Amino acid sequence: MLRLAPAFIIALLVLPVGAGLLMVLLPAFGYLPALGGHSISLAPWHMLLIQPGLGRSVAVSFASGLVSTAMALIIVVLFLAASQGTWLDRAIRRLVSPLLAIPHAAVAFGLAFLIAPSGLLARLFSPALTGWERPPDVLIINDPWGLSLMAGLVLKEVPFLLLMSLAALPQLAPEKRLMLARSLGYAPTIAWLKTVLPSLYPLIRLPVYAVIAYATSVVDMAMILGPTLPPTLSVSILSWFNDPDINHRFMASAAAVLQLGVTLAALLCWWLLEQLTSNLMANWLTNGHRHQGDAFLRTVGHWALLVSTGTALAALVGLGLFSVAGFWRFPDLLPQMFTLDHWQRSGAMLITPLVNTALIGLVATSLATALVLATLENEHRQHLKPKRALWLLYLPLLVPQIAFLFGLVVAAESLNIRPQLALVIAGHLLFVLPYIYLSLSEAYRRLDPRWLQVARSLGVSRSAAFWRVRLPLLLAPVLTAFAVGLAISIGQYLPTQLLGAGRVTTVTTEAVALASGSNRRLIGVWALVQAGLPLIGFMLALTLPRFLGVGRRELST
Amino acid sequence: MTATPTAPLRLEQVSIALVGRELLAVDATIAPGEVLTVMGPSGSGKSTLLAYIAGFLDREFTASGGVWLGERDLLNRPAEARGIGLLFQDPLLFPHLSVAGNLRFGLPRQSKHKHQQVTQALEQIGLAGFEERDPATLSGGQKARVALMRLLLSKPQAVLLDEPFSKLDTALRKEMRSLVFSQLRDAGLPALLVTHDHADADAAGGPVIALG
Repeated sequence: MLRLAPAFIIALLVLPVGAGLLMVLLPAFGYLPALGGHSISLAPWHMLLIQPGLGRSVAVSFASGLVSTAMALIIVVLFLAASQGTWLDRAIRRLVSPLLAIPHAAVAFGLAFLIAPSGLLARLFSPALTGWERPPDVLIINDPWGLSLMAGLVLKEVPFLLLMSLAALPQLAPEKRLMLARSLGYAPTIAWLKTVLPSLYPLIRLPVYAVIAYATSVVDMAMILGPTLPPTLSVSILSWFNDPDINHRFMASAAAVLQLGVTLAALLCWWLLEQLTSNLMANWLTNGHRHQGDAFLRTVGHWALLVSTGTALAALVGLGLFSVAGFWRFPDLLPQMFTLDHWQRSGAMLITPLVNTALIGLVATSLATALVLATLENEHRQHLKPKRALWLLYLPLLVPQIAFLFGLVVAAESLNIRPQLALVIAGHLLFVLPYIYLSLSEAYRRLDPRWLQVARSLGVSRSAAFWRVRLPLLLAPVLTAFAVGLAISIGQYLPTQLLGAGRVTTVTTEAVALASGSNRRLIGVWALVQAGLPLIGFMLALTLPRFLGVGRRELST
Repeated sequence: MTATPTAPLRLEQVSIALVGRELLAVDATIAPGEVLTVMGPSGSGKSTLLAYIAGFLDREFTASGGVWLGERDLLNRPAEARGIGLLFQDPLLFPHLSVAGNLRFGLPRQSKHKHQQVTQALEQIGLAGFEERDPATLSGGQKARVALMRLLLSKPQAVLLDEPFSKLDTALRKEMRSLVFSQLRDAGLPALLVTHDHADADAAGGPVIALG
């Protein structure tokens, strides 16, 4: 059984993505018998190419992916370089995983409330600095350049890349490298950039690529913050797919293939930038400059992360404020009165989505955790080195969701599987599994093998040693991985929407659905619920070991 | 089916190689109550020999030769059924269990009077009343003693010692040496000690094989 786990896991991830891509590729060239397309044609492409604003959609998708990733990476790298282990640095590091857990949609709503013409920032400076007595008539959110979308993406990507870097750093022994470089006269920030970064980047390359793929094709955040006329390519695709006109379905398939191309182009462009940077850096690494730019880089490193973390927190505060706001005149920083009306009115409507969210999240995460544990245990028992095939685990993170999920629905329907709760759970599994693997595999492999050897030399069988020694020793990382999985599941918009055909509602689909309306107080309630759920998961992961009575001192928590 | 604790441990023409290069070759019989010391610098394959006997050899290595406990062939048994106890340089007390929990982990499932056995074992090493303590709160010497008792409670038929004293300070090292070797002698167990410290070999008092 256990031996099949890796093959099963790979099949589970690769087959749906492959089938989904195929069922998008065929209709893109006019072939989909179920919808009356029996012959290969280029008609969908002709139709796509004459859509007004297509070039702009593509450009915004491409640019927002690259720019936001570059910004986020620079912020993270400079912070790590400048980080000196002060209390502020440590506090920010501790904030990272909760921030990571907050769904994209909630961050997007919060940012919108912050920077909108009538948002908190404008109120803070009005009328004193701006002289505005009423909200200015400027387009800040949904700006045609996608700037606010990029800002939103950066807020979410920074915690992700920071966490990935912090996880990879210990194996590089950065303290020793820093000590050595500083003893050779290098200033701290320069020392880090010259001795640690070149080894760190290869370790976080895959997460960076995943971020680019995600950012070029994101749907929920783009619906909330992105441009509208025309929207980003991914949002256009979604509306074309939902168009009752059959021809639009074929065109949408062609557009999904185009999206795949845009993402690949962005990845290729990034790869070229990587080559260029490493060529430029090669000389800089050994040119002997020891101080040049240190103070500047250190200042930027501290402030950039502080600002992005602070903005994300302020966004959450904004959500909370709007959710309890009564009457609220423009330049006033705070509402005239507070009320729980919006919460009370939403209460009954929240129940079904909450139950669905919890059910989908718990089932998908439990399945994924069991599968990952089985794979890792098999790897350990067979003395296998992590296989190269395991990069296939990241396939669902590297292929844009919008490019294969529609095809997956078509593929499922051709097998007579209708969109439903079970299909949504299976879909979530695709995205939850890689993250659980990502967050658990290092801890699993790092566990001293002698623990298991001692247990077995005391007469305990392999499987008993797994349950009685390995699992208890790994309780904290397993629970954290579980919380990560839950957070990923809770935040999923597109898989829930498509694989449930809009009939399976979760807090995320409901919150995003409110984006087109303008009831900010209601949005505040739903986005706050959406943001709060994953936090509950993380809190439980932190406190459960203590309740289970295993809070012993040397058990890492 | 269990061999009597008085059976000797026999290493029959054991040879271990890494990618075709022979690391070591040993042919020896360890009588009950005797300690065979294998000495050699790091990298000479001392610990690999222990891994082979205990059943944890990494697949990178190729090994040949027989390992017998009395008339029992150990090589075709899984690690947990070989009756070979291990003592490492770290005590490796399970951090998720109490001191008593660690000792009970070692006791065979069907043994009687478990509670009493644990209490006696703790008394024997001067840690009476330590049952519910978190292993993390013990001193280095206390941990080493608990690890030894956990090993003995599991009723092994032979014991392998992987530089068990190298992390202790000088005074403690002497004390642990005499405790470990006297306990092994009293229990009548054949033991194999790998070390690079001559004082260990002297204290063990048995035959010595030098590698490398």
